[in-house]
Amino acid sequence: MPLNKTSKPKLAVWKFASCDGCQLSLLDCEDALLAIADKIVIASFPEASREIIKGPYEISLVEGSITSAHDAERIHKIRRMSKTLITIGACATSGGIQALKNFKDVNDFINIVYAKPDYISSLKNSTPIAEHVKVDFELRGCPINKLALVEVCNAYLNRRKPNIPTHSVCIECKRRGNICVMVSKGIPCLGPVTHAGCDAICPAYNRGCYSCFGPSEDPNVKSLSNQFEEMGMSKDELIRIYRGINANAEEFKNESIFHEQK
Amino acid sequence: MNKSKTKIINVDYLARVEGEGSLYLKIKDDKVQDIKFKIFEPPRFFEAFLRERHFSEVPDITARICGICPVAYQMGAVHAIENALGASLDNNLRELRRLIYCGEWIESHVLHVYMLHAPDFLGYQDAIQLAKDHPEVVNEGLRLKKIGNEIVTLLGGREIHPINVKVGGFYKLPTKKDFNSLLENLKWARTAAHSMIKLTSTLTYPDFEQDYEFVALRHPDEYPFNEGRIVSNKGLDIDVADFEKHFEEEQVEHSTSLHCKLKERGKYKVGPLARYALNFDKFSSEVQKAAKDAGLKEECYNPFKSIIIRSVETLHAVNEAIRIIENYVEPKKPYIEINPKESVGYGCTEAPRGICYHRYNLDSNGLVTNANIVPPTSQNQKSIESDLRELIPLIINLSDEEITWKCEQAIRNYDPCISCSCHFLKVSIDRE
Repeated sequence: MPLNKTSKPKLAVWKFASCDGCQLSLLDCEDALLAIADKIVIASFPEASREIIKGPYEISLVEGSITSAHDAERIHKIRRMSKTLITIGACATSGGIQALKNFKDVNDFINIVYAKPDYISSLKNSTPIAEHVKVDFELRGCPINKLALVEVCNAYLNRRKPNIPTHSVCIECKRRGNICVMVSKGIPCLGPVTHAGCDAICPAYNRGCYSCFGPSEDPNVKSLSNQFEEMGMSKDELIRIYRGINANAEEFKNESIFHEQK
Repeated sequence: MNKSKTKIINVDYLARVEGEGSLYLKIKDDKVQDIKFKIFEPPRFFEAFLRERHFSEVPDITARICGICPVAYQMGAVHAIENALGASLDNNLRELRRLIYCGEWIESHVLHVYMLHAPDFLGYQDAIQLAKDHPEVVNEGLRLKKIGNEIVTLLGGREIHPINVKVGGFYKLPTKKDFNSLLENLKWARTAAHSMIKLTSTLTYPDFEQDYEFVALRHPDEYPFNEGRIVSNKGLDIDVADFEKHFEEEQVEHSTSLHCKLKERGKYKVGPLARYALNFDKFSSEVQKAAKDAGLKEECYNPFKSIIIRSVETLHAVNEAIRIIENYVEPKKPYIEINPKESVGYGCTEAPRGICYHRYNLDSNGLVTNANIVPPTSQNQKSIESDLRELIPLIINLSDEEITWKCEQAIRNYDPCISCSCHFLKVSIDRE
């Protein structure tokens, strides 16, 4: 995988607010894991190893969103130690499901979960990594696709552009030969505005896409909302469909706020 | 005479656990003065943003609590909501729910045994270094883990955050033919699970038995996954709906995870040791024999031996998956229709790390008005601290580095999932 013959490149994995699922994807590369570990040094990956090798690192994989003042500082340190910084997953790329709090008063949320809210420090918003530091590549998904992760790391180690499609789930769906769930069954589906990467898994299981991968390039969200309205979706349902895994992604955030204020 | 000596051991970021935690130890004159198993995982407020969501959206949201055990959070949610809305699934659908849980148990237990916990017993920093000396062991573990993931993928659409679990059943059903290659792999997995039990039984264990109150589900007919009464070895025997009458969550300053305790007696333990002790009679004779051949009795009070019990439970889950697939009859419909009503429902399932309790209040439109989720790791926190308090005097003469590693190993006995409970691990030792 790496071109450098003298020393193996170092990889680090970092966690912020998240469920650990995206970094688990690395351990889920069951067939490739030991081969990958042979070509690179997994220098810092606390979920898998006690050993921490000091930076700088060739590649840092960053999982999770920024939700605390401490983490907002920590990400800058990580950026300084990393030649290439790649965010993995919806939390790191858009703020994740915990960004649902951005639409409410955080103190109300703390009061619902914790009896002594004074002990809890949490920023008002859950924000993506790119709002804090320069990000070299954003790998989307909740969770990410593990093969895409291997492709992105391989590309950066070999100094080429990652081959990750940016079209919509709709294209994947056609390619897979699914019958459109929205046309044939009247099921609301975010596939037309959602970034590819999952291989149109939900429509293949007879359900609508709920956008684990966030907005595709130039999504026509307005047109899709019109279609949803024609299908009889209520205002609350429209708000909720955009406020899911990627609620804080710009296009989805604007659309849900638009319907809320209408 | 030695001078009075205080020593502080700090592990700032505990490795090989899921999530962010740390350990602080203060030792004075070889006595433990303070232990804090700290969880600093940033809070994510799931119970708050479940409010005003439709019940059909809940399993997709709760899955995101944990990337290691998303099925557990989906199962707890769908069972609680079905309980609220008075829905009961036919046996064929129920069997498929058990099957997807078998997949998660295999994947999660094997990940923990081979990748996270075995390196402690064998003195390696991680499984990748272990693989350099014993590639055949790690490769066997990876293959077994992959088979667990294949079950979840087949039924759930993908291994992490499955998309096919629905309140009332599934979105799409597998056909009998879909299981063909999986069944072949599971037959290999059965042999591999037996060797996993043999391998873990040969590890070296400290003499460390604790007086635990074990809490687990108990079902009249089967080793528990999704259903049963909540029972303990000290007399508790309650309906799932009465959980909040007997247990309470309290907040402590050093943790963003709530600590759960039994109102009458305080700390208790959930997870493999508890399930095993309370349900040994429900294993098949093959699994019981494998456990006994590994030197286990019908109850085990040594938390370090949880690695053997996870292996025994892996064998059980493999056999159960084979049974379900061989007897599979495709249900008539993938799900049953469910109508909303104002209601409250309760669910408790056996996640790989122990019981996970869910309650949902719904309004007449099927929107959530209130949710309460109690993950296994918040229930085990008191037991983890108590194990450390008992363990440290036994290892006090070791070096700080050795104490630190032993303490980490003791924490990993619980396979703590800190992302879940936050609602991870630094260790610090402070010696005077």
